[in-house]
Amino acid sequence: MITLYFKRAIDDIFKNRFLNLVTVITISLSILIASSFILFFVNAGAVINSWKKGLRIMAYLEPTISKTGLEELKHAILSIDGVQRLQYIPKQEALRRLKAQMKHQASLFENLTDNPLPDSFEIRMTAIADSWQKIESVAARIESLPWVDEVEYGQRWFARFAYITTLFRLASYAMGILFFMAIVFIVANTIRLVIYSRREEVEIMRLVGATDNFIKIPFYIEGLIQGALGAILGLGVLFSSFVFITSNMDQGVLPDLFHLQFLSTAIVTGIIISSMLVGWLGCYISLKQFLNA
Amino acid sequence: MIPAGGEKSSIIRMFHVHLNYGPKKALIDITLDIAKNQFVFISGPSGAGKTTLLKLFYYGEPVSEGQVLIDGINLNRIPRKRIPYLRRKFGIIFQDYKLIPSKTVYENVALVLEAAGKKPRLIQKKVKSVLRLVDMEDRLKSFPPSLSGGEQQRIAVARAIVGDPKIILADEPTGSLDDDSADTVLELLRGVHIRGATVIIATHDKTLIRKTGGHVLYLKQGRLETSTFIEKKYDNTIF
Repeated sequence: MITLYFKRAIDDIFKNRFLNLVTVITISLSILIASSFILFFVNAGAVINSWKKGLRIMAYLEPTISKTGLEELKHAILSIDGVQRLQYIPKQEALRRLKAQMKHQASLFENLTDNPLPDSFEIRMTAIADSWQKIESVAARIESLPWVDEVEYGQRWFARFAYITTLFRLASYAMGILFFMAIVFIVANTIRLVIYSRREEVEIMRLVGATDNFIKIPFYIEGLIQGALGAILGLGVLFSSFVFITSNMDQGVLPDLFHLQFLSTAIVTGIIISSMLVGWLGCYISLKQFLNA
Repeated sequence: MIPAGGEKSSIIRMFHVHLNYGPKKALIDITLDIAKNQFVFISGPSGAGKTTLLKLFYYGEPVSEGQVLIDGINLNRIPRKRIPYLRRKFGIIFQDYKLIPSKTVYENVALVLEAAGKKPRLIQKKVKSVLRLVDMEDRLKSFPPSLSGGEQQRIAVARAIVGDPKIILADEPTGSLDDDSADTVLELLRGVHIRGATVIIATHDKTLIRKTGGHVLYLKQGRLETSTFIEKKYDNTIF
């Protein structure tokens, strides 16, 4: 029976080429717009992640710390959950770095007799420690350890950054939901036109004793096929545009740790499946209204 | 009550059926009884309610009042999902043929058996055999719009009889046909009747009734006025 349904669905697609083409193009345009946003969010997310990799906590040490104390403190910091690695920066190294960074203001260091900088640990966080609360709590624990004088981690900048990240994530979810609803609405209405143009056929089928499933299943299969074709077409256009844009773009405008990437196989598969779902849902909504009328 | 056949072998029974479209009364207090394998005409002037009465048989519309029994099934109590199975008891022929223009002759006829879940091999065999019967086997790949009215009606007859239904309903089956085509369609319906089906034809064409003969239910302004038996080609007293 399922072979018959597939055969009828394929036959119907060819016999109603124009309307089916309109539906596929509608879906593909919707998918193109939605996946362009997904591509933007994926790459923007990757930019944020590359920034996160640069996050660090500086723990400035008391000048009285002994070698044994330094080792104990190192172990104590590494045992804190969320700390990935740390690097000891003696005050001489810190001064050398500062001089290297400020080589154009070298005169400032000329009259410097003592090194005013403290010894410090530069602490890198693990990827999971990405929330503001987590970093704040790690910083507080480090600050409470003996021989730690002060902790610095760009508190204000990070709070703002965390806020933007959260806002960005919420915006992508909201847009995702809105897009899904808009696409279902557009597709449902396009499919309604297709069904409306075939209302006589549906009526005849009912008169000859066809069950609702006999009528609906080929439409559902058509919806799934239209969804898949629309997604493939939309993603194809997006990929071509992506290749064209990236091959003509100056990589210098992007952060060092970051390279533009296309959607992963998992996301592409997800979009195709979602598009098929949208095609089916459009059919389902339209047929439900039509057959109950 | 105007019975048209014996109660024991009834296939269609109606008790005090009314059908209203808002304030308009389309059918008024219809009581009838049609026996298995009867050849019945529903006659009457245009607007008398002939087509509406046919619709009630296959649950094209629910009645406003009264009871309809088809082959023992009370249509007032039929669940929605059983309606397709009720309709498989019928082969319906419409004046405007109601063929699907985008499907071939073969596909139009095969649709009935596909809907009933028959096996592809059986479908192929039966469709070809029925198209041979209506003398349309050489047009099975044609599409309905390319056929004449008479040919389309023969396809409609083929579609109505391919599932071996118990009841054939024909609504003005010869209304838009020339005499030769009308005779062919009538012969086909007679053949189905001989093979055991109950045939019910709604028509206002008196010549058609005289040619064939059978029970005649005469409707006027939504009421069943008379029920009589007309002998083939002889008796035309009610007209």
